[in-house]
Amino acid sequence: MATVTVRNVWKEYGPTVVLENVRLEIADHEFVTIIGASGCGKTTFLKMLLGMEQPSRGQILIDGVPIRPEPDPDRGVVFQRYSSFPHLTVLENVMLGLELRSSKITGKLFGTARREARAAAMAMLESVGLAHVADRHPAQLSGGMQQRMSIAQAVIRKPKILLLDEPFGALDPGVTADMHELILRLWEENRMTIFMVSHDIQESFQLGTRLLTFDKLRVDPQSPEAYGASVTYDMPLTRKTKPKTLPS
Amino acid sequence: MRRLINQHPGRAAGLALGVLPFIALLVMYVIASHLRLAENPDDKLLPALGKIASTFHSYAFEEDRRSGQLLFWVDTWASLKRIGSALVISATLGMVLAVGIGVVPRARALLSPLLGTIAMIPPLAILPVLFIVLGLEETAKIALIVLGIAPCIARDLALRVGELPKEQIIKAQTLGASTWQLILRVVLPQLWPRLIDSLRLSMGSAWLFLIAAEAIASTEGLGYRIFLVRRYLAMDVILPYVVWITLLAVLTDLALRLIRARAFRWAEPER
Repeated sequence: MATVTVRNVWKEYGPTVVLENVRLEIADHEFVTIIGASGCGKTTFLKMLLGMEQPSRGQILIDGVPIRPEPDPDRGVVFQRYSSFPHLTVLENVMLGLELRSSKITGKLFGTARREARAAAMAMLESVGLAHVADRHPAQLSGGMQQRMSIAQAVIRKPKILLLDEPFGALDPGVTADMHELILRLWEENRMTIFMVSHDIQESFQLGTRLLTFDKLRVDPQSPEAYGASVTYDMPLTRKTKPKTLPS
Repeated sequence: MRRLINQHPGRAAGLALGVLPFIALLVMYVIASHLRLAENPDDKLLPALGKIASTFHSYAFEEDRRSGQLLFWVDTWASLKRIGSALVISATLGMVLAVGIGVVPRARALLSPLLGTIAMIPPLAILPVLFIVLGLEETAKIALIVLGIAPCIARDLALRVGELPKEQIIKAQTLGASTWQLILRVVLPQLWPRLIDSLRLSMGSAWLFLIAAEAIASTEGLGYRIFLVRRYLAMDVILPYVVWITLLAVLTDLALRLIRARAFRWAEPER
């Protein structure tokens, strides 16, 4: 269960208003896609959901509780780049979340606990189609495989909310289609609420159950920073085709 | 004819090219020494290779008449002990400070200005202070090297921590990492290969400070010996000692590079 309430949220940097008065009610298990011109505050919005940035005014609540002002395991994230750990193998990258949860002092698991975490991580890798590269390092993978690993790494901690910041922006078109299937399947299986920032309009319509666009409602030509962006369109989408499930 | 920038020497040719300057230097030395000795057989400035070899033999394999020690090995061991302990201490200090400064904003606010200031103190300028406060024993010499290289290592490593992509730090937190776990599982493992790079760059300064300390107050050590025999213009001792110090430095560098390549294969640049 993860409903998200955004209550009159503003974000200002000094005199520059980035976001103004954003108000949203997001239902559980929604797939929210966010589009907008660059610099319209969509990434700032995602950062606030994540806890990297704090609203200047207003409040964000998950299941009615204000979010913690720092990132936590309730909110998983996949960035466009750099969100894996280059010194760990693919398997270790995916295991990390489980190890950090259970081993507070060393951050590592040993013996039976380790074997269990390993098995869970392998199952996860199996499910995203990366079992055959489990022992490689991320730098040895293609861009698409790296993003799959990054998604697996986030999903294995079972976050209530998954935040995706242009996760497929740097991938080839052919690879992107596979990634879409993957993310929809994981979304169904894990009942997460997903927020995805994208610059691809078609992708946003195709994946989302709800589409938000961010833009400025008012512009003062004398001082463009005076007004911030807000949600200009908020469209519920109905999927025409059920997402195909991959043979596992 | 291809451009010069596209002409690569083969393996054997490359090796030969690398060895060439060394041989040229050696030949030049032999000729110059020969010319000087022909003019004055007592010349001490450029001793013949045979003379150097026999002196080296007596230092390395014959007991010193006064102390009954094999001076060359006593000196080597004394110097290596000093520089080794100094490197271990500096590496430890550097890592601890860098992680603190790089990861914990409060520690950065507290320590960063101090470290920046200490790094600017010319270590040799406070060598007298070290000798006065710590005495003329080993502690002062090791302290000089540590003071000379630890601040640089710490600042370099702190910069490396800062270079870790912010995404990684955020991702680790969304996977549930506490500050401690983040240091242990994300920051430290990625810092080890950087530490090796940093140590390699510090080796030159470390030897500089070691020899300076030994030259001023010591009873054995490679630097001590060089400065002791300088009074007698004993080039036949100084030259092999300098070659030996250089060789030790080159071997250390090579060892560090190999360790990095073996132990941190993920951090090697792509070929």
